[in-house]
Amino acid sequence: MAEAAAFYILAALILGFGVLVVTAKSAVHSVLFLVADFLCVAALYVTLQAEFLAVIQVMVYAGGIVVLYLFVVMLVNLKRPPDAQRDPRRLGRLGAVLAVAVMVELAAILAVGWSRPEGEAGALGPSNVAQVGRALYTDYLIPFELASILLLVAMIGAILLARREM
Amino acid sequence: MITATHYLLLSVGLFSLGVIGVLTRRNIIIILMSIELMLNAVNINLVAFSHELQNVVGQAFAVFVIVIAAAEAAVGLGIILAFYRNKETVNIDEMNLLRW
Repeated sequence: MAEAAAFYILAALILGFGVLVVTAKSAVHSVLFLVADFLCVAALYVTLQAEFLAVIQVMVYAGGIVVLYLFVVMLVNLKRPPDAQRDPRRLGRLGAVLAVAVMVELAAILAVGWSRPEGEAGALGPSNVAQVGRALYTDYLIPFELASILLLVAMIGAILLARREM
Repeated sequence: MITATHYLLLSVGLFSLGVIGVLTRRNIIIILMSIELMLNAVNINLVAFSHELQNVVGQAFAVFVIVIAAAEAAVGLGIILAFYRNKETVNIDEMNLLRW
């Protein structure tokens, strides 16, 4: 039952930090809660035997993306935060209702359509980093290369966009 | 016993939190963070099925999702910086240049 306890604790942490990310007043606090959330998701990956993804999650998300967010939040030093004054045209309550509707819809799909999917059951070893690497470099070689091209384009685009004089 | 359904429920919850963030917050940085939450929910799904089916393909796809998230964050934050330099705001209500 250690597995169940770990899952419930991690799920509670993930959802709790998610709520804090969405509701935090200050954007800096939001970013910090986001780091905690990503670390909890990484821990969840470890319980799911996805050690490689857990490390990638910590390095890329918690180490890279969140630092990028933090930099932008610090650079964009706001004298008046966006959520300070209400815009009468904005329908925030409707947005919340729509989000709940999405959740109900997803839960309904889950409840009605849930059946055990048939897939080829391979053997996932206790340490499957080599298997992930083999899949990435053989069956998914072209998507892998496309992903690297995408990253290159995104890098060039980000540099061009953030440059001071166009 | 923890089944894939539990992971799917967690994923639904996290995804819905992301949707709430996108639809109710006005700071575009927080909206981008909510999108990251949604991408994480998708990743939890993929990894949970990878574990359930004992198949490594789910993890390979999760790697691609992380790549997309990184590219999205870089380009999105670049756009935010460029916009902030011109208009001094990150409020999406004031980002209406393309609207009629």
